This record gives sequence, structure tokens and C-alpha cells, in this order.
Amino acid sequence: MSAVTAAQWIKARRDPSWIVKLFDWKPFLVVMCLLPAVGLLMTFLTYPLGLGIFLAFTDTTIGRSGSWVGLENFEYLLTDPIFLNAVFYSVFYTAIATVGKFGLGLWLALLLNQHTPFKSIIRAIILLPWIVPTVLSAIAFWWIYDPQFSIISYIFVEVLGWRSTNIDFINTEWPARFSLIVANIWRGIPFVAISLLAGLQTISPSLYEAALLDGSTAWQRFRFITFPMLLPILAIVMTFSIIFTFTDFQLVYAITRGGPVNSTHLLATLAFQRGIAGGELGEGAAIAVSMIPFLVAATLFSYFALARRKWQQGESND
Amino acid sequence: MTDAAASTASTNSGSDQSETMAWDSRARRMVMLWIPLGCFLLILLFPFYWMAVTALKPNAELYDFRNHNPFWISSPTLDHIRLLLFETSYPRWLWTTMIVAVSSTVLSLFASTLAAYAIQRLRFRGSQYVGLGIYLAYLVPPSILFIPLATMVYNLGLFDTPFALILTYPTFLIPFCTWLLIGYFKSIPYELEECALIDGATRLQILRRITLPLAVPGLISAGIFSFTLSWNEFIYALAFIQSSERKTVPVAILTELVTGDVYQWGALMAGSLLGSLPVAIFYSFFVDYYVSSLTGAVKE
Repeated sequence: MSAVTAAQWIKARRDPSWIVKLFDWKPFLVVMCLLPAVGLLMTFLTYPLGLGIFLAFTDTTIGRSGSWVGLENFEYLLTDPIFLNAVFYSVFYTAIATVGKFGLGLWLALLLNQHTPFKSIIRAIILLPWIVPTVLSAIAFWWIYDPQFSIISYIFVEVLGWRSTNIDFINTEWPARFSLIVANIWRGIPFVAISLLAGLQTISPSLYEAALLDGSTAWQRFRFITFPMLLPILAIVMTFSIIFTFTDFQLVYAITRGGPVNSTHLLATLAFQRGIAGGELGEGAAIAVSMIPFLVAATLFSYFALARRKWQQGESND
Repeated sequence: MTDAAASTASTNSGSDQSETMAWDSRARRMVMLWIPLGCFLLILLFPFYWMAVTALKPNAELYDFRNHNPFWISSPTLDHIRLLLFETSYPRWLWTTMIVAVSSTVLSLFASTLAAYAIQRLRFRGSQYVGLGIYLAYLVPPSILFIPLATMVYNLGLFDTPFALILTYPTFLIPFCTWLLIGYFKSIPYELEECALIDGATRLQILRRITLPLAVPGLISAGIFSFTLSWNEFIYALAFIQSSERKTVPVAILTELVTGDVYQWGALMAGSLLGSLPVAIFYSFFVDYYVSSLTGAVKE
């Protein structure tokens, strides 16, 4: 009886077709699974990256494939005050905005880490500036910075009476630079705060209890528990933030388009102006390529921070 | 101020120490927690409030702060929104953006699910390096790719078509989604798959019947993240699309509505508000997924 059922059972199981067999063969399956992602990334990321570096050494313009000119683009750019100013402002913008974002973001994260009512609603609201398309919030800032109808000027002039004239936000060099940095900080705080909050919540409360028993002050608890425990996540978030602030485009393009008198150009907006709007693809590519050394430095920073994290947690392999 | 208040309170109530302590800590909490938190919320939300107020104000109020309180609307109007919806191609821009965002999200989810499954579960030799490579791809910002991509898109004949965007957006979506999903797949017990293997399921059956249903929250997170990222994308859409009616909302508002020297602030703000609403609504439905994916990806 049992032999009969066994035979039937074997019979009932159909022999898989060759396609099914092929897809169950691991090397083939691995290749098939990786093909869409790796294919897309190779075609639209790795290849353009190489092509961009190649274009930087040519004098290509829109509609005409150029010839190899060696370092000519870079030599020209190094004597170009607008480019040098863009390098300066990119570094300045990134430095000030990063300090601002992380200072305020860490503060906000510490506030959110306390037990408050409506915690999840507050957290959801705080992410809004990060969700909304940057260009659209940048337009709102443009309107807030309007020379004539700025609401901030209104508050200072009419409500508080601290000034007699409207504040000039974006029509002179330095105020424009700082106005853009403020808008960038505004947009960056939520991401930093929510990421650091996640880090704060992984810190074990027992560490704080032990420190309280030892009679520590609030500052000591922050300095010797919170900060070191937060450092790994801080380093990663900061790397991302630095990379995407340094290569920022939307905010500047929407609010000032690099003006007044090219003083607020970041490298990305200058590359766009020269490469796409001006048609000098080779020169634009050279400007874009000159961002790479800065990005590599930021990535190395991330790598060493990660290594440190593994060492701290005693993980051999993740 | 807190100290002075506390000392008067203690002299009044005499020896009632605990009440003083409670009051003191409440005042302290007010100063240390609620006031800064309130300021943060005010500053983070003010631009949206200002956007909404401007979008609904008639022009007469908009440019006259002396006779009207600028923070409030005395006679709200839908004129700016009507202008936007019926006298510009705004609905069309919204539709294009929606198509581009949904298609590139679907494409990236498909590619990154397979890739994450291969890297995390098939465990071939060198899978770690493929994972690292995909992680590094996330660190390449669009700002250094748009010029060579523009020439590529032009040579492929995709210039000024939605396909230019649908095919290039995955370059920043796939790395993120793959990392998110690798983390998610890691949390699904491997024993479930082993059981299925013993029962004679093929690898693809396991992926379809066991791993994917368990990874639905991860897929939702990756999906909403991709959708918002592609809705917000600007530089590719600016560089690859030329004709007015094929632009996406962020680009179109900036290039089509800003005309001449006089800016139509009401219409601009209405456009920004309407352009932000779809992502904001989408986000509000899935806010928990969103926060967890953001924090999860960072922790990873």
C-alpha cells in the first residue's frame, strides 16, 4: 500500500522544464537578478562618469564633437575669477551650512528624544521641509527674500521698528550668500534631526542611569555618553550631507541663479550655466569634474568613520 | 527668572518642598523643551504657511502691507489657482511628473529587489563587492553626471522625451532602494527559505511566494522614497527636457511661470503649493514607513 502511494507521489511531481531548471541554476540566476540593476547603473552612471571625465579634456560644444585639448580647460578655469569664486563659495556654503544643520539638527534631535505628547505628529511635521520639492520651497524663500515685499523686512521695519529700510537679502554679494545658506540649513535640519534621533534612540538608558548615580552633570552626560555613542551615525550622515550640499544645485538656481554678478555660483550651477545653457560642454564637464576630489575626500572620511564604528562595537564582519 | 519664581513659591508655601520642585521642573521643562521646540516648528513650517497665504490672497492685498495685515487674508480668492489650472499647462505638467515618478519608481523597485535578493540571499562569491559598488554609486551626485548624460540622452534620441527621465532617475533610486531592501531581507529568517528549498521550491518561487510577501513593508518604504525623490528631482529634468508641455512640475514652475520682470507671486506660490501637495499627501499616509526607512537606511 505504502509503495503504491510513494510511486504515485513521484509520478505526480512533474519534471521541471528546461527554463525552470535554468533559472534554478545559481550562477545564471545571480546574473539574471543583477542584470537590471547593474546594467542600468553601468549605462547611466559609470559610463557617464567616465564620459564626463573624458569630455573635460575636450573642447566639445553642443552639436559638435570636439577634439582632445589636454588640460587646456583646467588651465583656463584656474585663471577664471568666476570659477575660483565658485570654488570658494562652494566650500564656504558647505562649511557654514553643515555646521548650522548639524548644530541645530542635533539640538532638535535632543529635544525630540525627550518624552513629549504628540511625539509622532511632531516628528511627521518636522520632516515636511525635506519631503517637499526643494525648488518649490526655494521659490517660497525667494518670495520671503523679495526686496520689496519681504515678510521678514516687514517684521523688522513695521512691527518691531528696528530698521528703517527693507533688508536687502539677495541683491548684494554677501547678504545673498548668507540668505542661500540659511535656506539650505532650513531644508537640511529635518534630515539631520530625524537621522540623529534614530541614533539617540539606540543608546541604552542604563548608561545614563550609571552616569546619574556617579553624580554627572547634564553636560558631562552629553559629552561622554551621547556624543561618543552618536559619533558613528553622525559621521555617516555628515558625509552624505557634505556631498549633497557641496553639489547642491536647485536652491541656488531657483533663488539667485548665481547672481548678483556671479557671486553665489556653486560649482554645479556654474557647470550648468557654461555647459548646458552656454553650450560649452567641455568646459562645463571640466567644472563638474573638479568637484570629484572634494567628493573623494568626503567619501574617505565616511570610510574611516565606518572602520572606527566597527572597532567600537567589536564587530569583525557585518 | 525660574530661580526667583521658585524662591517666592517656597516662601509662600512654607515647607511644601515637593510642590516647589514640581513647579520648578515644569518651568524648566517649558524653557528647555517647549520654547525651543516651538521655535523650531514655527521656523520649519512658516514658509509653507506663507506659501498658502500668498496663494490665496488677491493681488491687492498681496502687495499692500500697510492696509492689510500680511499674516492674514481678509478676502481669500481662488484666482491664482484658477489661473494656474486653466490658463497654463499645469495639469499637464502634473500628469507628466506623475508618469515619470511612477514609472521610474516601478523600474527601480524591480531592479533593486532582484539585486538585493541576489546580494543578500544567493550569496555568490564577490556579493559583498557588488553591494559596496552599489553603495558607492549612491555617493555619485547628479550634479557631476548631468552634462555627459545630456550628450548621451541626445545621442540616444531620447532628448525631450519622458524616457530620458524614466531611464536616468534609477541611477540615484536603485542604490538607495537596494541598500534599504538588503537590510530588510537580512531581517527575514533564512530558515523559511531553507524549508521551501527542502519542499522542492525553485529559487524564483521562493522569492515570489515567501521573501517578497514578507518584505512588503520594505518595498513600500523603498517605493515611497523613490516616488518622492523622483517627484523632487530637478537638474536632470531641467537639462533633458526642452518643450514646455513635457516639463515636470518643479522645472515648469521655475521656467514657465517666471516670465519677464514682474513675477506673478500669487500664481507661483499656488503652483508651489499644488506641486508640494501630492508628495505631502502621499507622505502623510505612509509617514511611519518613511521615518523607519530613513532611519533604517542610515543605521545600515
